[in-house]
Formats: sequence, structure tokens, C-alpha cells
Amino acid sequence: MSLLEVNNLNISYPTRKETIVASKNVEFTLERGEILGIVGESGSGKSTIANAIINLIDPPGEITNGSIKIDNNELRDNEELIQSIRGKKIGFVFQDPQTSLNPLFKIKEQLIETIQTHLNLGYQDALNKSIQLLKEVGIDNAEKRIEDYPHQFSGGMRQRVVIALAISCEPDLIIADEPTTALDVSIQYQILELLKDLTKKRNLGVIIITHDMGVIAETTNKVIVMRHGLIVEQGDTKELLTNPKSNEAKSLVISVPPTNKKIDRFKLISPDGKEITSDSKNLTKNIIKTWGIRENKNEKLLKLKDVTKIFDDNSLAINISFGLKGDSTDKVVKAVDNVSFELFEGETLGLVGESGSGKSTIAKIITGLVRPTNGEIFYNNLSLYNSNRKYQIDKSRGQIQMIFQDPYSSLNPRFKVRDIISEPIKFFQKNISYTEFTQNVYDLIDIVGMTRQSLDRYPHEFSGGQRQRISIARALATRPRLLICDEPTSALDVSIQAQILNLLKDIQDELHLTMLFISHDLPVIRQMCNRIVVLKDGSVCETKESEELFNNPEHPYTQELIRLMPKIESII
Amino acid sequence: MLSKTFNKIYDTDIGYSFFNSKIAIISSAIFFIILLCSVFAGIVAPYNPFDPATVSLMDAFTPPMWSEGGSASFILGTDQQGRDMFSTMIYGSRISLIVGFASIIFAMVLGVFLGVTAGYIGGIYEIVVMRLTDVQLTIPSILMALLVYGIARSIITQSMHDEMAMYVLIFAIGISEWPQFARVSRASTLVEKNKEYVSASRIIGLSNILIMFKHILPNILRPILVIATIGLALAIITESTLSFLGVGVPPTTPSLGTLIRFGNNFLFSGEWWITFFPAIFLIVLALSINLLGDWMRDALNPKLKKR
Repeated sequence: MSLLEVNNLNISYPTRKETIVASKNVEFTLERGEILGIVGESGSGKSTIANAIINLIDPPGEITNGSIKIDNNELRDNEELIQSIRGKKIGFVFQDPQTSLNPLFKIKEQLIETIQTHLNLGYQDALNKSIQLLKEVGIDNAEKRIEDYPHQFSGGMRQRVVIALAISCEPDLIIADEPTTALDVSIQYQILELLKDLTKKRNLGVIIITHDMGVIAETTNKVIVMRHGLIVEQGDTKELLTNPKSNEAKSLVISVPPTNKKIDRFKLISPDGKEITSDSKNLTKNIIKTWGIRENKNEKLLKLKDVTKIFDDNSLAINISFGLKGDSTDKVVKAVDNVSFELFEGETLGLVGESGSGKSTIAKIITGLVRPTNGEIFYNNLSLYNSNRKYQIDKSRGQIQMIFQDPYSSLNPRFKVRDIISEPIKFFQKNISYTEFTQNVYDLIDIVGMTRQSLDRYPHEFSGGQRQRISIARALATRPRLLICDEPTSALDVSIQAQILNLLKDIQDELHLTMLFISHDLPVIRQMCNRIVVLKDGSVCETKESEELFNNPEHPYTQELIRLMPKIESII
Repeated sequence: MLSKTFNKIYDTDIGYSFFNSKIAIISSAIFFIILLCSVFAGIVAPYNPFDPATVSLMDAFTPPMWSEGGSASFILGTDQQGRDMFSTMIYGSRISLIVGFASIIFAMVLGVFLGVTAGYIGGIYEIVVMRLTDVQLTIPSILMALLVYGIARSIITQSMHDEMAMYVLIFAIGISEWPQFARVSRASTLVEKNKEYVSASRIIGLSNILIMFKHILPNILRPILVIATIGLALAIITESTLSFLGVGVPPTTPSLGTLIRFGNNFLFSGEWWITFFPAIFLIVLALSINLLGDWMRDALNPKLKKR
């Protein structure tokens, strides 16, 4: 008898215009001691299945058919049974540890409340059990820390508390929905190890939902690949990763950036199942004509010297209190601390580090969105900031452009694509003729691989990957020399990521762009960059040629990062 | 062709929500009927109450047509000067609506400009603007309007008073309403300015003015539209209150509030209709706009959307 048995599950969301089928004929089983991974692109129905098991589907969604059985007890439409099972027999770990704990209650209260709801224990027993649980998930000094509020824990610690909550009533099944997506690599590693450990020790069944193939490779025994609500392939993890059969699985596996070698272009799977390398070529001919031929003389393009940025929470308070100055030192955050590096024409420099390491702040300082507290930045040997620390945008004249992380907020939703792309052209070429202008817009939309019809649509009509292409077209509209990519693919699915990264490489090669590539994703950085700067807490750990860095990391922090990154190759 | 446009409107979320809300349909119908009547007052109203030739003192205090002594030529009766109540109300609503619309547009332009710039620029300027709104919000808007009205009267020469009365009124009401707009548009600007499309515009090198009013403003129009609608009802009521207190438009061109004030004198001597009908009219007008604003707030807010 299986722990969990899902049969012929159909879930749909009826809306006014159409009924969206979120899962169709889904069938799988899970045994005790097994970790099952569910992967798929966003919108493929991964989370819907998890929510269906604990009956948390948001209306108007409903289960239209099928059955969900735990130890042979039918859960569907049995609200009473689910109430008693949810939290007791099934534990749930959510994606974002910032919001899944109630900030107004102490950890102690949240744990004891859950325990006393399901287990027949007195207060003292429940407290003792809670402390025991916190110790089990690896929280030091549990007797003291149990009195703390959630905000007193770091992100990784909070996720541990959430896991402690999930296992507090000795469940048989844990469902973890993207449990490490919001966490840094080193903490991700610890959390996954903890989950593996608990599975073995307590003989649990675990379902991990993720889009990260590295996580799948390192933790799961079985894997399900989903697309549009259908299971397209399922099987043993090793078998599926080494020998995928369906197009979707192939495309998921093949587009993962390899961690152990550098490849020229990512391979993609075309809709008919063939391997192709690149879908954008010969698109740049027109644009090179208008831009003029460029050469890279391998000269220094950008130079940062001792750049420091201090975020001071008190600056405003001091202004108001007219000198009634409190202790202002305790709120000072050094986001960037004495960072220096150089960027040569035509190369791609990677900035890598965990959250809070100051990567994005450096990008913002270079583009003038944030003023540095100290230090100097030279573009083509001209200082970008004058003596009053004011940004001199005319020194770069639009030659520095940026591509942003979030494709959903980086395009103005009230502008048509045509207006988004044409605004910078009009701004920099005031006397351009109408035909030349239209040709320019067409060239740009061609080069990023979109149809010309898309010019008359609004951003919300496009998917994340397409929006990122529009974003690239906008950045290219000013004819930049330096392109800053701030986590350009971290919000995208892995196969889309491969397409966008290929596109960036193509554009760079043909237009001789210099790139500053910012990411927390080491495999991506390895594929994209010639040289890499490793950042930690705002300061530089080491700067090296990228292959050299991956083969021979010197700094202990770099070694740690490289050791802990989830590797899809670990299983193959 | 017409049905095609209708289908297109019905297909949008707003259109669907509108045609499925009885309250929205009824209240907008009432509002547009009143609006059209007041715009085409010369055609709709049977008499021109401001034309001395058509007014006869002999007809004064005629009760509504259905009560004893009523006359079919004056449906809702006449006032103390023999003016047809129905016509006077239509003309009066015209004044009320003009003052309401003009003052709310004035408040909107001023408040949105200050709110967007405060949110975008920040620093000392933001502190000054926002503290100003805080201070003003502690003063009831009717008091604020009275204050402005009093000051304006003492500046303008006596002979200009009647001529300028409407503009003073518009200014006074507008000044008392702008903090709402400033607050809402500042809050929305703070959200928008941290989005990456604004950063992208800054990196291109667009000027701050262009970013604020070409990029941010269209994205914050929804909440502004909602408070403008509810503010319109409020402005009409404020205007009526001021006119009722005798500090509004001059009696020669009465608004709804002025009519209620006149009628108030005769309420206890039996001529109830002189104050009753304008009051009902005012309530219906303000209520229909308010309900329309309520519906708009729900329809434009995705969080309140019914599942």
C-alpha cells in the first residue's frame, strides 16, 4: 500500500472566458522513504497538485475528477478528514520563509499551537517537544531561541523553523513547494541536506516542487515532468536525467547550464524534438550597417576605483531633528566596500555573490541610479561622477545600458512595444527621418527574434522570455557599448534562459558589446563570462579568469560556493 | 457596428463588471440623465426661471400639480417669486455640476502634480508637501472652504463679488480637496518609481519631468479616477452647503443649495415643496455619483475582485 496515491486527477479553473485546465489525468504514487520531485516550467501545474493534496485550491478552481488517497483514505471532498490530516499527517513547507511564519507570534507559540491542535499533549510536553524539534532541524541554543520572533532569524534559519513546524506532528508526508528558491546556495544546500536526512531518519514521503534541475538531481529518487497540466514523463531520477524521452524532459535537461565545462552555445530542443544550437543568426546585418563596423581594441572601457556605498538609515532622521543626533553608527550598512575592477572592450565580466553582496548596487552606481559614497568610476577614461558626486550622463551618452531581472516590471505596461523601443531612438537621434526611424525599430525587433506584429501590442500580452527580449531591444536602441545584465534570466524557466543567454552571446559577438553580467547562479556565470569577480558582503574576494576560477578557486568563500552549488552532473 | 463595439466593451473586465452590476447601471443612468438635462437645460426645462418676462408673482407658492390648488403648468409647483420649481432645479443643477466638476478638476491637477513630484523627488520637498496635506486634513473641508471664501471676498472689490462668486467657490472647494489627490498619487508614485521601467528610463537619460508625467502618471490614474468620482459628489455637496449657508453663488443664479435655503424659510408655513424637491434632487445626484464611485473602486481593484 502506497503512502500517497493520486489517480486520474483533474483540476480546472473556470474563468469568464475559458476554463483553464490546471491538471489533467495526473497519476502518481509515493512510498515512504522516497523523495519525489515535480518539475516543469512556470504555469505547468506543479503547485496546483500540491495544493490539491491538502485541499488548498483557491476558488474558483476545483477538482473535477479523480482521487487522492493517503494510506487508502480518500481525501477528495472529505473536508473533515483533511482538517485532521493537514498539519498532522501532511506537513507543508512554503517557498518564502519571510511570509510563512506569523511575525506577531513567538516561534514557541507557533510550534506549540500546531502541536496541541493535533497531538494530545500538555503545555510543558509540547514545549519540550518544540525544543527537541528545533534541535533536530539544526538550530543552536534552541532553549533560548524558541522565545524569539520570526524576524530575529535569518532566511535560512526561518526555513528551518518552517520545516520544524512541518514535522512537528510526526507527519508521514511533507510537501515542499520551491523550498529553497528564495535562499542562497549555501543555505539551499543545508536545507536540502536536512530534508534528505529527515526522510531517512523518519521514513517520510517527501514531494519537492522545483524548477531547478540541480536540486532534482541531488535530492530526489523519482521525478515527474509536467507541462500544461499534463505529466509528460515520470520515472527514476537518474534514468530520466540521463535518458529523457519526451521533448519537454529533453529540453529541461539539455538547457541546464553545465557546471563542469564551458560550452559555446546552449543546445535547444526544437518543437519537433531535434537538437538545435541557436535560433538567431544573420539578423544583425542591417543593424551593423547603421551602427557602423566596430572593433574591439581590447582597451580599458570601464574602471572602478575604491567604490564604496554606505546606506545610512539615519540620514533623514538627522535632517529633521536639527542636530539632536542620536547614535547614527549602528544603522549604517556598507553595501559596497572598496570595490575596484576593470572591464576591457569586448569581454564579459561576471559579478557573482549571494544576496546582499552588493552586486546590484554596483550596477546601479555605474548607471547612475545610486550615488556612491566614495570612489571613482571611469568610462573611456572619463570620470562618470563629478566632484559633487553628481552623475554625468553626457559622458557616456547612452553607451551604458542595462537589462533588468524582473521582466514583469521592467516594461511600462501602458506603452506599446513600438513606443518602448522607439523612445530611446527618438531621444538620441532627434533629427532622424521617418523611414530611417522605422527601419531602426524593425532592425531591433528582428535582432531579438520577435515578429514585427508584436510592435503594436502591449507588454502584458507576452511571456516572461519575450518580455526580456523586448527589454534587450530597448537596451540596444541607444547603440550601447557596455551592456549591464542584472540577473537577466533568474525569473525565467530554464529552457527560456538558454534561449536568452544564446541571444545575448550572439548579440555580443556580432555587435562587439562589452558586458557586465551579474548573477547568483554560478553555472550561468561560467557559461557567460571571460572573467569573474566574486563578491561577499560588499567586498571583492577574488578576480580571475573564469575557467581558472572554477578549476582552481583560491579564496575559501569561492571554494565553498563552488562546492555547494547543486550539480546536475552529480547523478550522470 | 454598434453591437460589435458593445461586444468589445463587454469583453473587457471593466465592461463586464459594469454590465453585471445593477447598481452601476442604474446610478450611471441617473447621473447621465441629470447631466444631459442640465447641459440642455434650455430645451428640457419648460420655463427659463431667470427670464423676468416669463415669471409672474401671481403664480407664487403654487403647490405641486397633484395637490389641491396645483396647476398642470407647474409640475412641482412654484417658489415665492413664481418661478417653476422644476425648471429652477434643472438650471440649479447646472450650476452645481459646473462648480463640482471645475473644482474637482482644479483639486486633481494641483494634488496630482504635488503628489507625483513629492513622491518622485522626495527629500525636504516631499516632507514639506506631505506635512502641508496633514495640516490641511486636520481642518474640515467645509471650514477650509469658508475660510478661503472669506479671504477671497475681502480681496475682491465689492462690485465684482457676484461676477466672481462662482470662481471663488471653485477655488475654495478645490483647495479644500487637493490633499486627497496628493496623498494617493504620492503613495502610488512611490510604488511605481521603484519599478524597473523607471530605472530603464533614467538610464536612457530621460528628464525627470518626462519620467514623472509620461511614464509614471498613466500608471497611477486608476486610484486617482476613483477618488475623483467620489470627490465629485463631495464637491457638489460642499457647494450646496456653502450656498445653503449663504456664502455660495448669488441668489440671482441659484444652485441647488441656494434653492434649499430659500425653501427652508417656508418649510413651516406649509410650502414644503420649495425645499423638499431640491433636497431630494441633490440627494439623488450625490448618491448616484457615490455609488458609481464605489463600483469603480471595486472594479478597478483586482484585490477586491469577486472570485
